[in-house]
Amino acid sequence: MIELENVGYNYGGGELLNAVSVQLAPGSFHFLTGPSGAGKTTLLKLCYGALNPTAGRVRAFNMDVHGLDRDQMAYLRRRVGVVHQDCRFLDHLPVIENIALPLLVAGRELSHEEANLKELLNWVGLSERAHALPPELSGGERQRAALARSVILSPDVIIADEPTGNVDWEMSQRLLQLLVELNRMGKTILVATHDLSLIRAAKNQVQARVLRISNRQLQLAGADL
Amino acid sequence: MSEGRLRKLILGDAQADRVVPPSGFTAQLTLFVSGAMAFLTVFALALSMASGRLADQWAEELARAATLRINAPEAQRAAQTEAALEILRQTPGVATARALTGEEQAALLAPWFGAGVPVGDLPLPQLIEVTGDDTGYDAQGLRLRLQAEVPGAVLDDHTRWRAPLVDAAQALRRLAWVSILLIGGATAAMITLAANAALAANAQVIEVLRLVGALDSYIAQAFIRRFTLRALTGAAAGVVLGMAGVWLMPEASAEGGFLTGLGFQGFGWLVPLLIPPLGALVAFAATTRAATKRLGELS
Repeated sequence: MIELENVGYNYGGGELLNAVSVQLAPGSFHFLTGPSGAGKTTLLKLCYGALNPTAGRVRAFNMDVHGLDRDQMAYLRRRVGVVHQDCRFLDHLPVIENIALPLLVAGRELSHEEANLKELLNWVGLSERAHALPPELSGGERQRAALARSVILSPDVIIADEPTGNVDWEMSQRLLQLLVELNRMGKTILVATHDLSLIRAAKNQVQARVLRISNRQLQLAGADL
Repeated sequence: MSEGRLRKLILGDAQADRVVPPSGFTAQLTLFVSGAMAFLTVFALALSMASGRLADQWAEELARAATLRINAPEAQRAAQTEAALEILRQTPGVATARALTGEEQAALLAPWFGAGVPVGDLPLPQLIEVTGDDTGYDAQGLRLRLQAEVPGAVLDDHTRWRAPLVDAAQALRRLAWVSILLIGGATAAMITLAANAALAANAQVIEVLRLVGALDSYIAQAFIRRFTLRALTGAAAGVVLGMAGVWLMPEASAEGGFLTGLGFQGFGWLVPLLIPPLGALVAFAATTRAATKRLGELS
């Protein structure tokens, strides 16, 4: 699905990542961990093309991400669902329209998707909050709405950046549950988190691999978490 | 542009429209600017068409009409008039030549002397109205011949005073057109500024749209549609007001001279109706350019 080959990233002030190689195979579940500022978000951005590597190559769906023009990049974003750390909603639109936004910009007829949308809202437990504005939501509700938006186009890959960053333990368990369910449906999942207990909890439910960034390198962490 | 996109632009997509938050202030400014510009264009257009009409009319009369004045003692006047008419009848290029009657001469003088003055008692020269045909006549040759045979005749072909007027009318028409072009350019400039302001104010929205996979063309269209419709609405209002203003001006009359002829005539009233679509076209082009440039600069 997504392949990083000797990728390096230099943000101008210094090197953040060096010679990172990783392959996200279809249907795999990966955690990405590491200390704050180690480059977790940067690595995720490299995966979905928001950043270009300063060295090496990133391939997504067998295309070199570097060579994509703006329109091709837009089409790539429709195939990769991203849950951003800060969610990124349009604050003037209610939750349900924010969740349906990828459908809208992809030119889908929304009236045909109403049943799907309803089911999705139900799945993330936001049926009651469908017409609230994003600023009125709690942290957990925002994260679940962001997750719903990321999967509405039924992407093959879902990338989540600290999806449990601002929520309590119970809510993070619930979000993890949703991600695990998506993985069981065959989606490739990559989750960045610094929450080791979340990773431990996941290991009971799914065969997850843990990638750790340390010293600008990416290592496959052992099973002894 | 594909037919589908064009249809979407005109009919719109209510849901897509909501993606960009409404911006009250720039919207009102755009409406006001396009309305004011359309209003001014109506007047420039009226000026251009009226001055064009005057120039054409004067130029035509200039080419064809002339007056022959017989300044002769009372006793010889009839004979000289007859001789002059005979010469005019023989002159190639003269279609008609007719001596004005006493009543007609009196009517010409009435505006100056008033109706009560017995102009018939004044020693007035006899006037002969000369109309050339399409080929025209040789004014210089005619003058020489008249000088020899009818010493009291003076040919006035109006060149002296009408030529500068025709020039002035044509210059006025050119100025009006230059004004219309400038108004169009200023509209484009202001809508570009407004569109840029709107694009900058909505940078966050644009970023989110890009993140969820929107194409640049989709994002641009949301802005283009807005500004095009605003320009169309504003210009329509401006044209209605401008046309009402022109309509309320006094009608053309002989007494008022050329000043009262400022306005539209006949099918000319349809011409200002082109202003709103043209204004919308200007807004469309300006916003397309601004949005394409701006979106290209984003990562």
